[in-house]
Amino acid sequence: MIQPKRLWTEWALAIGFLREGRAQSIMISVGVAVGVAVIVFITALIQGLQANIIERTLGTQAHIRLLAPEELNHVLPAPPGTLQLVLEDRRAQRLRSINNWQQISATLDQLPNLTAVSPVVSGPAFVRRGDALESVALVGMDPERYLQIIPLERYMREGQLRVGADDVLIGKLLANDLGVQVGNKLRLDTGQQNTAVVNIAGIFELGVRELDERYVYLDLKQAQSLLDLPGGVTVIDLTVADIFEAERIAKQVGRLTSLKAESWIKTNTQLMNALTAQSLSTNMIIVFVAISVAFGIASVLSVSAVQRTREIGILRATGATRQQVLRVFLIQGALLGLLGSVVGIVASYGLVWVFNTFGPGLFYIPVPRTLVVVTLLLATLTGVLAAAVPSRRAARLDPVEAIRYV
Amino acid sequence: MSDTGEVLRLEALRKSYNLGKPNEVEVLHGLDMTISRHDFASLIGPSGSGKSTLLNVIGLLDKPSSGEIYLLGKPTSHMDDAGRTQLRGSSIGFVFQFHHLIKAFSAIENVLMPLMLTQGKPDHAAVDRARELLAAVGLLKHADTKPSQLSGGQQQRVAIARALITEPALLLADEPTGNLDTQTAGEVFELFRRVHRERGCAVLLVTHDPRLSANCDRTINLVDGRIVSDFMNNTAPA
Repeated sequence: MIQPKRLWTEWALAIGFLREGRAQSIMISVGVAVGVAVIVFITALIQGLQANIIERTLGTQAHIRLLAPEELNHVLPAPPGTLQLVLEDRRAQRLRSINNWQQISATLDQLPNLTAVSPVVSGPAFVRRGDALESVALVGMDPERYLQIIPLERYMREGQLRVGADDVLIGKLLANDLGVQVGNKLRLDTGQQNTAVVNIAGIFELGVRELDERYVYLDLKQAQSLLDLPGGVTVIDLTVADIFEAERIAKQVGRLTSLKAESWIKTNTQLMNALTAQSLSTNMIIVFVAISVAFGIASVLSVSAVQRTREIGILRATGATRQQVLRVFLIQGALLGLLGSVVGIVASYGLVWVFNTFGPGLFYIPVPRTLVVVTLLLATLTGVLAAAVPSRRAARLDPVEAIRYV
Repeated sequence: MSDTGEVLRLEALRKSYNLGKPNEVEVLHGLDMTISRHDFASLIGPSGSGKSTLLNVIGLLDKPSSGEIYLLGKPTSHMDDAGRTQLRGSSIGFVFQFHHLIKAFSAIENVLMPLMLTQGKPDHAAVDRARELLAAVGLLKHADTKPSQLSGGQQQRVAIARALITEPALLLADEPTGNLDTQTAGEVFELFRRVHRERGCAVLLVTHDPRLSANCDRTINLVDGRIVSDFMNNTAPA
């Protein structure tokens, strides 16, 4: 219907009009640019911040934990004709092994959307050194598998990453509390008539107070015997490729294994709520900035349409259709949006560079390419939409009156 | 039709404003008129006689309330806005009192504008034709000058070149010299004469300058929306 060859004229007119009203065009482009720069910078900042928070959170925990299902009371059904009143206390959950964990773990190894599987024995214990007594959490693991879940080598502060044969790793805060260093001995007591004297091979610092105070990493087999779970594991830790798919995959794995599956999204509900609220407020800012940009473009084009009334009349008299006049103004809106957003994106790269170079240095902000492309497209579209009202008014002008307009 | 050289024919043409409202005014009271290819005519009349209204209706910028306009033998009253715009663009050239060029574009771009609006980017033939027309109005060396740097007479000559780029059958001019000093007005008038002679398009000038109309071949006198006289000026050179 519209031949591209004919659109050439609309483009030429739109560009000619924008160039003639140079001061107006530049001012509104700067306005659009400021809006776009704010949108791109804030989006990149929040995305960078959230990615950083999630990375830190997930650096010290598995994406999904598989636990043995809770033990329930089985109430015998009463004989027919009797009314049964049950006052039931939930059972205390004792530490117990996941049944058939070897087979489950072998099956999970085959699942394509899991990136690591690590069976772990975890349970409470006391650490004794002289008169000092600290409660700790024992984590018995197979380093080859466990390091794929939590890269402990990154968090080692002293000594070596070595477990097995009575060698254990303890957190920095626990080491401080006990006044020990690498090479010292500790007595572990699980209250199961099992005690062991172990050697501190290394000290780690995960950066999470609770973990650095309480975690003691040791060999899987030694933990099994200390916790009186010979050959058993209490938890299977998993990581997934796409962290935001964790909840869905957790449900799937839970059904598959009939174990209790907890994703990091569930266990960090508060964090997720905070992130969602943060995203919401960012989106609000973006929407309102976009609206004010749109009104800016609309008002400039409205003024321009009035200023050009006579020229529009002349164009109509020399053969321009209403649609052509409409398109001339829509193109002006699109060009203002595009021009402003190009400048704004360059400016936002500058802001991000300043932040990354001179900012607090807590985290690095990347500027995703999709964000840039989407912003360019949206700003151009906003320009077209903003131009709709003034364009329609310009197109509807009666040529007779338009020519007489002084 | 073309054997008689008819370009424009009006039949019982009426034009009212505020149609159907209490303040309805009829401006043109049923006009019949024919203009042929050989006509170099002026339309005169006192202010408020309906000259400009008639010109707008003839130029398909405005619609008559009743009656019919035949342009090159084609009835126009049933046409929609796009159809009238298309016919206007291809067969009518307009020259206005205040020359009305597009300020953002150079002289030659203004001359090319009617072609650009119908055909898009002008080709070599179109540019050559625009240069030829600018040469004919004596402004070839100002082809790339913006209208704001041209004098009133020069701007009006650019407007005439623009009106001629589509080789219209009918050239309509609304007080084309009304805004110019006497000498420039004479030059512009001579240009219309030459265009009529060399390009063979009918010319209809609206004016209230009796000297100008006396120099035309034909004078149509409009008073209160009626043609009161329509005669050939024998004194003018044929």
